[in-house]
Amino acid sequence: MRSIGGYWRRFARSRAAAAGIVIFAVLLAATILAGVISPAPPGAIDLDAALEGPSLHHPFGTDPFGRDVLSRIVHGARISLGVGFLERTISLLIGLFLRSLAGYFGGRLDSVVMRLADITFAYPTLLLLIAIIAVVSPGMVSLFVTLGVVGWASVARLVRAEVLSVKEREFVQAARASGANHAVILLRHILPQCLASVLVVYTLGLGMTIMAEASLSFLGLGVQPPAPSWGGMISGGIAFMRTAPWLTFFPGLFLTLTVCSLNLIGDGLRDALNPRLAPALAKPPRVSGARSGAAIEGSR
Amino acid sequence: MRTFIAKRLLLLVPILFGVATLTFILMYVVPGDPVRALAGERYDEETLERMRTELGLDRPLAVQYVVFLGRLARFDLGRSFVTRRPVAEAIRERFPRTLVLALSAMCLAIVGGIAIGTVAAWGRRPVVSRILMTFSLVGVSMPVFWLGLLLIYLFAIKLRVLPPSGYGGGSIRNLILPALTLSFASMATIARVTRSGVLDALGEDYVRTARAKGLGERIVLGKHVLRNALIPVITIAGADFGSYLSGSVLTESVFGWPGLGRFVVQAILKRDFPVIQGAVLFMAVLFILVNLAVDLSYGAIDPRIRPEGGKR
Repeated sequence: MRSIGGYWRRFARSRAAAAGIVIFAVLLAATILAGVISPAPPGAIDLDAALEGPSLHHPFGTDPFGRDVLSRIVHGARISLGVGFLERTISLLIGLFLRSLAGYFGGRLDSVVMRLADITFAYPTLLLLIAIIAVVSPGMVSLFVTLGVVGWASVARLVRAEVLSVKEREFVQAARASGANHAVILLRHILPQCLASVLVVYTLGLGMTIMAEASLSFLGLGVQPPAPSWGGMISGGIAFMRTAPWLTFFPGLFLTLTVCSLNLIGDGLRDALNPRLAPALAKPPRVSGARSGAAIEGSR
Repeated sequence: MRTFIAKRLLLLVPILFGVATLTFILMYVVPGDPVRALAGERYDEETLERMRTELGLDRPLAVQYVVFLGRLARFDLGRSFVTRRPVAEAIRERFPRTLVLALSAMCLAIVGGIAIGTVAAWGRRPVVSRILMTFSLVGVSMPVFWLGLLLIYLFAIKLRVLPPSGYGGGSIRNLILPALTLSFASMATIARVTRSGVLDALGEDYVRTARAKGLGERIVLGKHVLRNALIPVITIAGADFGSYLSGSVLTESVFGWPGLGRFVVQAILKRDFPVIQGAVLFMAVLFILVNLAVDLSYGAIDPRIRPEGGKR
């Protein structure tokens, strides 16, 4: 097993991954310091300053209500990142929980869980998301429920596939042959291997979740106004494309940068943690979620 | 190979069944009362009761479920709450438009992606490959609806060369921007994958052999290099095509393209449950079938990955 330092060096050596980290760190800082950066509170309406172009006072301009776009973007980042992290963690826990349960009891429970995952996968992701939203009606809570329902399956499937494949590798057999007991094999040999891919899926999935939230909010099915969400801001700007293009431009730019940086970090992590996967760029795995390219299937 | 196909087809049965069931549960169990949504403002208890009987919603859930499956078997997806039109008919009208959009986007993505990827690998210039990698990263990270709006801004508002949105009676001019938007992420991925595939293949022994025995560069590229480099491209194109077909919800919404994707979104905003249910079911089944076809086509294209028995 390599030391953490070894992984870290390999990760940091990749310039792309480093760029991803820097961009993401800046975004994160902006999110945390949203109150300090914002020229005005995100909800502050000033009709005298409606639809002003970018200026010193309002770097990204103002919207039809005279609200400052920059303020709304950095506060919107809180929603985007918050939804992303929370959903990913929920999905991860559900996925791991169901998986370990199924792994422990095996047999029938295992196949029930995997069939459920199969059915979830049979739907195009965004379609399933909007179908559930259609039923539970839009809002923050239903956003989490929906994203979680869709998200757990990829985690569950990945963990299972990982455990199954790692179990058969030589080093596990070697450990077994040298007399290690089950607990040692599981904790020292199998789990670290799985954690690597779970981490990769967490990062790449974070980008996907943020994109999914923005897409739903864009369609009016996600975070509801007046809460500042990037997707909602973009769709709100459509009517003013001719006169105030900054309304659509800046939120989209931030969304792209966020997803971009997460993809860079995820790819870097994948290459660093599992060099065997590095050339696999040419052969994207069919496990959705492990695939950074064309990240959200069915969402176009 | 034959047993593999048979097994995959058999596996299809429980999945289709599961999808039908899940869609049924989604639409019938969770919403408080579809009748109230249907009746809108003007409901009194008596009307609601009559409508419930009409729609069969007063019967036990199990009975409703059996009736639902029975109707599905006859491709009867019910009628829209709003327009009273059969859902299947509306889908038949809208699906060809989604198909046209999906096909043109896929062609663009494949042709553009392979061309860009091959050129980048052929040149072997680090600058070219860096530009390509950046392009493909941005391509997959950009929200498709934002890209669509940027294109509208550039081509329709600033340059005024293309219409910003609408179907335009199926004119090519209206198709260009949505197809380009939809194709962008796939094109980026395909370009990246083609490049690395071509680079890999160029280093293979059979390419050296082909050159050594005096074959022209064009034949080597076409017959030996590209053929091997393109296998992963088919994976991507297939998976993406499945999702395009199942309603490019966002692209259609941005461009006001009257296909299936927009149909569903409008139905959701109107809470038109039979339409949502029917369209979602239709798209999911389509998605499953396309993915199955893609999986099965691997064996046909690359004999090496032809599966023995069942496990892929």
